[in-house]
Amino acid sequence: MANILEVKNLTVEVDGKRLLKSLSFSIEEGETVALFGPNGAGKSSLLYTILGFPNYKVKEGKILFKGKDITDFPVNERIKIGLGVSFQNPPRLRGVKLIDMLNLVGKEKNDDYQTLALRLKMDGFLFRDVNRGFSGGEIKRSEILQLLVQQPDLALLDEPDSGVDLENIELVGKEIEELIKDRSALLITHHGHILNYISADRALVLYEGRLACQGKPDKILAEIKEKGYSGCVECPECQRN
Amino acid sequence: MPRMSKKLAEKLKKAEEAKEKKPLLGPEVDIEKFTEEAETEVESLENLPEEYQEDALRAGVVTNEQGRAGTFFQINQSVLCARTKEAGLEVLSTTQALEKYDWLEDYLWEAVAPDADKYTALTALKPHHGYFIRAKKGVKSTFPLQACLFISKQGVIQRVHNIIIAEEDSELHIITGCTTSRHVSSGFHIGISEFFLKKGAKITFTMIHNWAPEVEVRPRTGAILEEGATFISNYICLRPVNTLQLYPTAYLKGKGSRVRFQSILYGQKNSVMDVGSRAVLQAVDTKAEILSRVVATDQAQITARGHLKGEVNEIKGHLECQGLLLSPQSSIVAIPELEARAEKVELSHEAAVGKIAEEEILYLMSRGLTADEATSLIVRGFLNVDIEGLPPALEAETRKLLEMDLEKIL
Repeated sequence: MANILEVKNLTVEVDGKRLLKSLSFSIEEGETVALFGPNGAGKSSLLYTILGFPNYKVKEGKILFKGKDITDFPVNERIKIGLGVSFQNPPRLRGVKLIDMLNLVGKEKNDDYQTLALRLKMDGFLFRDVNRGFSGGEIKRSEILQLLVQQPDLALLDEPDSGVDLENIELVGKEIEELIKDRSALLITHHGHILNYISADRALVLYEGRLACQGKPDKILAEIKEKGYSGCVECPECQRN
Repeated sequence: MPRMSKKLAEKLKKAEEAKEKKPLLGPEVDIEKFTEEAETEVESLENLPEEYQEDALRAGVVTNEQGRAGTFFQINQSVLCARTKEAGLEVLSTTQALEKYDWLEDYLWEAVAPDADKYTALTALKPHHGYFIRAKKGVKSTFPLQACLFISKQGVIQRVHNIIIAEEDSELHIITGCTTSRHVSSGFHIGISEFFLKKGAKITFTMIHNWAPEVEVRPRTGAILEEGATFISNYICLRPVNTLQLYPTAYLKGKGSRVRFQSILYGQKNSVMDVGSRAVLQAVDTKAEILSRVVATDQAQITARGHLKGEVNEIKGHLECQGLLLSPQSSIVAIPELEARAEKVELSHEAAVGKIAEEEILYLMSRGLTADEATSLIVRGFLNVDIEGLPPALEAETRKLLEMDLEKIL
């Protein structure tokens, strides 16, 4: 399988502070990769760098998407060629409705918003200002809805399970699974609950801005649960990396 | 005109003395620069050139009168039309109305001081018509009346005096569009508007300004509200002007009366806009709300004012100003004033001025928009506010007008 994403020797700074250090990994077409790491490890920074947020300065290395060097692409250009994202804490927009967001990403690809919205229990939110007055779980469902309409080739998912109550976590999980079953995904998850519903092929562990480990998601998750992140990165395998 | 009452004579004397009086706010306009004489080539609304019809439409005035209860149309200093289809409503030029009704004199310069500044003084002494609109007792109009004040010649001064009376328990909806012909870049518009809302009456008033880059604009507005009356005033100005200054004031004299002012401003190019609203709460159980949304870009300078004055107990007022600054050369100054003259008043304000948060732009870019497209969408969302207090059909109409206006600038 060809790689959809290749991150090569990536070093990233924000305001002069080095957040990612010589990071290299790739994601194959159709592969779902889970990204673990403690708070401040650089998970969200990695995601924002792949998206091309201007504060995240690439000091070294490059990012290839579908074989194309996108390191200097503006955010919207990356979206155009098949990148999509669900944010953990998106801003609240005044006067921009959820339906407007769907129209932005949807164009003619899929105009059956009502059915999709109904599936995500967001049908009552289409004509409301996006994220304004939404609960944590509603925000997550709104983000997933936008991705379902967009149908990106690689979905970047930033903690889609945080703030979602138990009743809805299954719904969110199933919808993400539906979204990414024939696509690729990079999934940040803090506690791994969502992995009960999504089968990830591989997991990466970020620790202090470096790639500390990679392997089978359930095995790594068990390790983290048992020993904590600091213990996890001390295992012989990690040390070899 | 019948003989002048003593009261009016006194008011005109005051105006005479205030002919040189410097205005309190806004850059002073040199009146001499503008010409009084402007012959109008058009005689009636039916003969209005297509181009003017389009220009009027940009200010929300539909010349085929569809969906309107009546129309007043003035070009420069000439009245083309003043008529209404609905029984119980009256639309006349102020000049005609003063000839028709002796009692009307008593209303002149009651809600606006004739000697407020040189603009009011000059208009008191030499008015150029303006409209008289009245809803008779108990009459509730469904469709809005429309009024258009149009400048068709370069460098013309237009001084209109409008009087709007909503008799007891009546309901009146008015859309006023003020604009220039597309070939006119300079002119001076002074508009005096005096509103009288009798017991239980309601007026919704939406004013859309659509001027040109060298036009000077000085509206002077006052409203007097009796018991249980409601006045809802929306002001929309999204196109460039040279300088614009207004500070409409509502006097809530009657128990339980309500006012809501909402201003939506988009300042561009070198526009100087000084826009405020004031409510003087003079009776118990009165309520006032002042809301403004302002956006400044290019070199525009906007001052957004608000003043709530609570003179008696048991009143409530809220003032809210939100501003977005789109360019480093533009400026927004928000000046909210709360004034309590009694113990049991409830007055509050919130103001927030700043640039668009980068995370909002990045969020939209993450959905495929360029930075510029994202900015437009955010500004449009910011200005496209809910226009509350209007009947549903009129709200839809106002929203359509606002969206049409936004379409042009963003």
